[in-house]
Order: sequence, then C-alpha cells, then structure tokens
Amino acid sequence: MIKQDIHRSLGLNDKEYHKILKILKRKPTTTELAMFSVEWSEHCGYLRSRKWLKLLPKTGKYKTLIGEDSGGIIIDDLAIIFKMESHNHPSQVEPKQGAATGVGGIIRDIFTAGARPVALLDSLRFGPLSQAYNKYLFTGVVDGIQFYGNCVGVPTVGGEIYFDESYSGNCLVNAMCIGIAKKDKLVRARAHGLGNSIMYVGSSTGRDGIGGCSILASHEFKEGEEKRPTVQIGDPFTEKCLIEATLEAINTGYVVGVKDMGAAGLTCCTSEMASAGNSGMDIELQAVPRREENMEPWELMMSESQERMLICVKKGKEDQIKKIFLKWDLNASVVGQVTNDGLVTIRDNGKIVAQIKAHSLTKAPIYDMPYRKPNNLVKLNKLEISKIPKPKDYNKVLRKLMAVPSITNKAWVYEQYDHMVQTNTVVLPGSDAAVLRLPATKYGGSASGGKGTNKAIAATTDCNSRYCFLNPYRGAQIAVAEAARNLVCCGAHPAAVTDCLNFGNPEKPESFWQFKNCVKGIADTCRFFNIAVVSGNVSFYNESPQSAINPTPTIGMIGIINDINKTCSQNFKQEGDVVILLGYSREELGASEYLKEIHNLTKGNVPQLDLKLEQAVQKTALQAIEKGLVNSAHDCSEGGLAVALAECCVSNKDNMIGANVNNLNYDMRLDALLFGESQSRIILSCSKDSVEKIRKIALEFKAPFCVIGKTCGKFLRILKAEEELIYLPLEDLYEEWSGSLKKEIEG
Amino acid sequence: MEFGVVVFPGSNCDQDCFYVIKDVLKKPVRYIWHKDTDVDGLNCVILPGGFSYGDYLRTGAIARFSKVVESITNFARKGGTVIGICNGFQILLEAGLLPGVMLRNENLHFICRYVYIKTENNQTRFTKLYNAGQILKIPIAHNEGNYYIDAAGLKELRNNNQIIFRYCSARGEVSEQFNPNGALDNIAGIINKKGNVLGMMPHPERSSEEKLGSQDGYFIFESIINWLENRII
Repeated sequence: MIKQDIHRSLGLNDKEYHKILKILKRKPTTTELAMFSVEWSEHCGYLRSRKWLKLLPKTGKYKTLIGEDSGGIIIDDLAIIFKMESHNHPSQVEPKQGAATGVGGIIRDIFTAGARPVALLDSLRFGPLSQAYNKYLFTGVVDGIQFYGNCVGVPTVGGEIYFDESYSGNCLVNAMCIGIAKKDKLVRARAHGLGNSIMYVGSSTGRDGIGGCSILASHEFKEGEEKRPTVQIGDPFTEKCLIEATLEAINTGYVVGVKDMGAAGLTCCTSEMASAGNSGMDIELQAVPRREENMEPWELMMSESQERMLICVKKGKEDQIKKIFLKWDLNASVVGQVTNDGLVTIRDNGKIVAQIKAHSLTKAPIYDMPYRKPNNLVKLNKLEISKIPKPKDYNKVLRKLMAVPSITNKAWVYEQYDHMVQTNTVVLPGSDAAVLRLPATKYGGSASGGKGTNKAIAATTDCNSRYCFLNPYRGAQIAVAEAARNLVCCGAHPAAVTDCLNFGNPEKPESFWQFKNCVKGIADTCRFFNIAVVSGNVSFYNESPQSAINPTPTIGMIGIINDINKTCSQNFKQEGDVVILLGYSREELGASEYLKEIHNLTKGNVPQLDLKLEQAVQKTALQAIEKGLVNSAHDCSEGGLAVALAECCVSNKDNMIGANVNNLNYDMRLDALLFGESQSRIILSCSKDSVEKIRKIALEFKAPFCVIGKTCGKFLRILKAEEELIYLPLEDLYEEWSGSLKKEIEG
Repeated sequence: MEFGVVVFPGSNCDQDCFYVIKDVLKKPVRYIWHKDTDVDGLNCVILPGGFSYGDYLRTGAIARFSKVVESITNFARKGGTVIGICNGFQILLEAGLLPGVMLRNENLHFICRYVYIKTENNQTRFTKLYNAGQILKIPIAHNEGNYYIDAAGLKELRNNNQIIFRYCSARGEVSEQFNPNGALDNIAGIINKKGNVLGMMPHPERSSEEKLGSQDGYFIFESIINWLENRII
C-alpha cells in the first residue's frame, strides 16, 4: 500500500517527511505515516500559528482554567467551561452535516471536561444570498445546526450571521459551547497511572471522515475538487446518550481522563492523552468497535467517525464504567493500557503496526511564517469623504439598511433552534447578548435561593470582518471591545474570551500579516480589559479560487451578571422615557455598512478605538444597569446611531415604542451622523428620575453623556437643529427589519 | 404523592420537568428509566419532550414499544394521571392513549417561540386552576406539532370537550393566522375521554417561573397537585 510519495498525498511535505525519518531513525509504517500526517496537520498541530498564539493572555480578573481541549473561569464553586471551534470546510462541502458535526464536536470538547453543556452560539458567514449556492449553504447550515442542537438538548441561544462577497466559495461556521460543572468535578484530557485502562466508548468506527483534518481543513479549495467523502456524519441522539453516560461515569470518580475523538480520531486521542499525561499507551486495534469490514490499521487510526471518545479509567474499575455506557446502549471496550515508556504503541492482533514517542507526535514543527502588508491596503484605506454623494432621502437609506441581511432581524434562523430547553435562558436571542441563569444546584453547587445563585452568565460572539480586512489590528481590537460592550448592555461584567481565528492561506505573506496583526489586536485589547483568552481554534486556508475570506477572528465572550434581577435588554420599554447616548460620534464613514450597501464601497479606515473611552462608557452603563436605573441598553454597531435607535424601537414586536431624537449637537455630514460607526457608544433609556443619577455616574467615570431625546409615539423621528432627517412609522421599520431575511430565502 | 418523569434515551426535557416538580412546586419526584416497568406508588407520570430513541423513524413510534410505555398504559387504564408534553404527546398518540396523529409543521421547519393558547376546558384535573377561556403565554419547540384527526374523530373530541388548548392571539382570537404549525382546528392539547391523560405540544415546564418570561404553565402542575390532594374535580 505504501508508495514513494504517499506522504504528499497525506498532506505532509518532503521536509516534514525527512524530519519523521530522523525521529524514527527508520522508515515509517503506513500507520505511523498516517498518524504523523494528521497530528502534524495545521488543524491539529498549529504549526504556523503557535508562535503568535503565545501572545494571548492566559490570566485575567477572573480565575482561569486552561485544559487541553477547552478552558474556562471559576465562579464561586462552579466552573464555566467554554470554547469555540470552526467547521468551515466541511460545511462548504456538505452544509447540513458539516454544521451538524461542528456542533457535535464542540459539545464533546465541553462535556469531556466534565461540564454539562448548557448553551450553544454560532457565528456564521456566507456570500450574498443573491447567489443560489450561497442560499443553499446558508439554509443547509441552519438546518444542520437545528438538526443536531435541538435533538441533543442544548439550547442555541445566540450568535451572529453576516453576508459578504469574500465568503462566496468558503463559508464560515464557528460553533461555541458553554458548559457548567462543579469545579472539583472537572477532568483533563490526560492518560496517566501505569496499568490504568484505556477504554473506547461511543459509536463504532467506520471509514467516514478519513483525512478530514489533514486534507480538508488544512488546504484551500481548488476548482473542481470533490471532497465530500472526507465529511463526517453526525448522530445527535448518540451524542445525547454520550453526554449523560460520560457525566455519569465522571461522577463515579474512577475516570482519570477523557478526550473526544474529533479531528484525527484515535491518533489524536492516543498521542495527545499520553503526551499530556507524560505517559505511554499500548493499544490493540482488534478491540475497537467497528461498523465496516476489513478496515486497515491506518484507516482505524485516521477515521473521524463521530460521537466516540477515549477514557482513561482506574485499574479495576473498568466494569463499573462499562456498565454505565451499556446502560445507555453505547459501546464500551477496553482497548489498551497506560504504560510508562512514553510510547504510543498500536497493535493489530498483537503485531505492532506503529510505535512512536507520544511527544514527537504532539510536538509538531513550529514554522516562522513570513508576512507582508498587502500592497493595496494603503489605497483602500484612503477615503475622500467629500466625493461621496450625500443622500437626498435619509428615510430611504435607513429603510434599506434595516433590510440588509447582515443587520436584519434573524428570527427566521433562531426560531428554528430550540433556545429554551434546560430552562435557563433569561434573555432570549435577538438582544445584544444571551443571558442564562446559573443553575448551581443542578450542577452540585451551592444554592442561595431558587434554581441557583443570583448570578447569571451572558454570552456573545462578535467580529466585523470588513474592519479586519481594512485594518486587521484595529478590527480585532474592535471585535473584543464590541463583544465586551454587548455583554455590558445586558448588565454583565466581561469575564473571558474564546477565539476562533479564520484566515486565508498562511503560506501567503499577506494572509499571514492579517493573522499576526489580528492576534496582536486581540491580545492587547484583552490585556487592557484584564480578561483572559481561555480557549480557541485556528482555521487557515479559507480560500477559494475567487478570493481569500476577509480575516475573521471571531470573539466569543462570556460575562458574569452578579444579580439576575438586574439584567437589561435592548428594546425601549415605555413611552416618556429619556434617551441617552453614552460616548460620542465622530465623522467616520470608513468601512461602514452604509458605504458598502448604499455606495457599494469597501473603503476607508475603520473607526477609531480609544480604549480608555471605551472603558469609561462600559463602566458607566454597567453601574447604571446594576443600580437598576436603566430600562434599555443597546450598543451602536453596523448601521450606526440611526439603525441602533430603530432596533431599540422595534425589537419587541408586541410592544414597539417610538422615539423623538432631537438633540444631536455634532457638526458633521448628516450621513456620518446617522450611519457612521463610531465606536464606544451605547444608547440607554431610563425614566426621568434616573437621568441625573446616570449623569453623575458618567461624570465619575469621565464618559461623554448626552440626553438626545425621549421615547414616544409610534414613529422614529430624528431631527438635527430644525431639520427632520428621519421620520418613519414603526410598522414600516419593523417590516423592513423583520421580513427581509425570510423574503430573501423563501421568496 | 409522587410524580414520575420518564427518561427515554433522547429525552431532553426530563430534567426540566423533574426540576419544576422538585424545586418550583416542591413535590416528591423520581425518574423512571425506559427499561423499567415500576410505576408503583406514583400518582402522576410525565412523559417529557425530546427525541426519544432519536425519533429517526417517526416521532414517538419507537418509544411506544418500550417497556415503560406498556406499564404506563396499564397505569392510565387504572385511572392514573398522565401528562405528555411535546414528544410525550407524540408518544401518547402513537401508543393509542390519545386519538389522532402528528404531522410535520406546515412550514417544514422546527419552530421554537412563545405562542398563546386558550383554555377551552377548565373542568379537568389539569386545568381546574385556570379560568374558562384563560389565555396562556407558553413556548413551543417542535418539528411535528401539526395535529390531525379525521372528521369523525374531531367531532367526537368536540362533543366530549376533549380539546383542552387551542392556539390563539394574545387577545384570545382563534384563527389560522395564530396557528403556528397548521394543527387542525388550532389544537394544541387534548385529553382522553376518561379525563386522566393529557397531551399538549407547548411546554408548561418552560413557563413555570416569572424569571423565564411566563408563569402561565405552572398552574397545570399546580392543578394536578390540587386535584390529587383533594381527589375532586
């Protein structure tokens, strides 16, 4: 079977092959070569990114936990474990199963740590829906997420969806999962303790997904390639049983370590568990449950069949663990033992088919990649604002922006997801962030009334990839700042980050420059806010023959709400409230949704970000919410002030409340005033009695504060001096905002 | 008094139902594993929502053959109180404990959102604490909630006051416009002739606490407890 250039067809280059020869001091067997190829793939080995990922802070104001496959923070006696991961290429090839298995994989990373998965978020990006294939991808991905998430019983509570030409030919599917555990019940993805048993649990092994990570995830798409056989097939029902069985097994105290057989399957589990535990492993492949006949050892080692895990179990306790998995009608088979020789030994019927030092598999080479600023960027960053024609009718512009798929209401999507199962979702999808109560008692924690403590968690995902394209460093900074701002608008303290870094081909210096700068932007901004990056994932090679994607470092952020009764949502609550703008507006139109949608320009520099101002605005909003002074809070982002105000008016369809905004004392172009995307701005509404109290808080934190209008009537009206810029009935705004996605999809 | 919550592989609202009975209504409750037959001593059995056995064939079609459904059928025949929610309702239909069938939602999508339902019959052990015609705000979350029964069956349901809940507007208007899934006659929940088995698509366990946005479902459980304690209707 082994041929001269087989390493190349497995995705290894000649240099890497020679390195393997040097490590082994002999020619590798087919199985060994296959194992190296998957472990040293970019997807598993982080060869090109590792050097820069070290910049990301691992500690912050909340106590962090960094595991092998996930990370989290400690809140009282509970651990909040979370991670985001990409499943881009599989979704591009087969959207439903690609997205479904992406969800399945990220859930396994959470419960293998001993945490019960309590929420999912998805950050999705596609090319324009005007193209039939993009529509197929979009509806397929949504179908995959609902198929898997609904059945497995983990609520999908939030996320984001953007459409941009750069994703035509390479969509992005980033799935994030949050789990909760009692902090002393967590387990690591490690195998240790001489003589302890290695058990295989879950689904049987087939030929699906062979080479998924080395071939599919670590190369860009080329014309006319057929990669469908490398996509895995998901079974959420088995996963649901696996969650229950695994948590039950961990609860016995007999489990030393657990790891999901995700990318690179059995290879990844054996080598990484042994390496992390500083041990070795002796595995007999005949004991692996399989669903296809005549599978070769290398196929068994590379298969990415879903819903399987490897568990290290205390010697003598195998039967107790087996009983739990059998109760859930799942396979459970002892496949090997922990050794102390540091070797991963793989046998087929006793005969050794691979024997490699665990560390040499997991320590993939580190590459220092060259990088270069793209030549066209200087030109793209120049924007002569005076040459942009001023619109005659601002109402028309606002209506159009409200209907842009990236801005419009996403109910068509999230109503297909079960977002309420587990009965923790306090703020439902459609606001700035999702809020979940912390059901401490359910997870063995201590209770102080009701279902849990008074604490709650908020979660959001954010990234404006147009910003990252035009200015990777600042774009990434803004992604972190905006995620924090969204959490603050719910009344949460920004606490920790998981990042999913989606980029083009890292072997192209321009792509790598984008990557490097985005990582630096995230690292610096997280340090400024004193929040850690506890987990993450890198996805390179997101390119098609048309183009590379916009750099997309998706930020998943968790926040802590100290009192669940002091949360906040974005919609105006009652007539007669005062509308306040925190922060201030600059004449900034660069990189805006307005320029793109109305003037068809992706140009200019991205809005400025003053971190001290950002912090002042966030602290003011948070303290005001925590003191119970605020009735609604909403961040200004895509579409600027006018879109944000319109969203405040119409996002509760049962109780839409208009506003009269007449105090915008800025001297600038009116389109920049209405639709410019200056950062660090939050719109609050409050009762008259609270205005002065909030003003005092703003003064204390030195945050710009301005009363800009009041809530009233069934219209949104925006005036500048005496000139009426916007005057639209709420029904019209609601119709544009709520109906356009469905119209686009269903016609 | 003790409640039982059935756990099928693939159930995913079992823990939510268990929690509501134990922590919100503060009554004794235990899980019943699908391979078990022991329902002794229970006063009310809850068949929770989810995807029993993966629901790969047809919702509830495999669950009806489970051991536990056999004993629940006997339990119901003897007059025991049974409530099936969502997938639990689908199982009750498949098991023949309630009449009719469930089709896929008219729009062919899973639907998760709050709806309003009207209490059409408050003279039951499940609804006695509601006013006649009371409107409840309560969430649905299902793929197959499009209830169907033939004309004769519908007539019988109506004649016996077996239709308990119907989808409606916030103001109680029952019409096609406020029917989320295409269910015949806007039917959201029905009861058997004897009055001891209720099936409903909306989730009362998700609307039993004000913190979650609605407490309107709470009174179904409270009604049951009330009835069990007094044994009068």
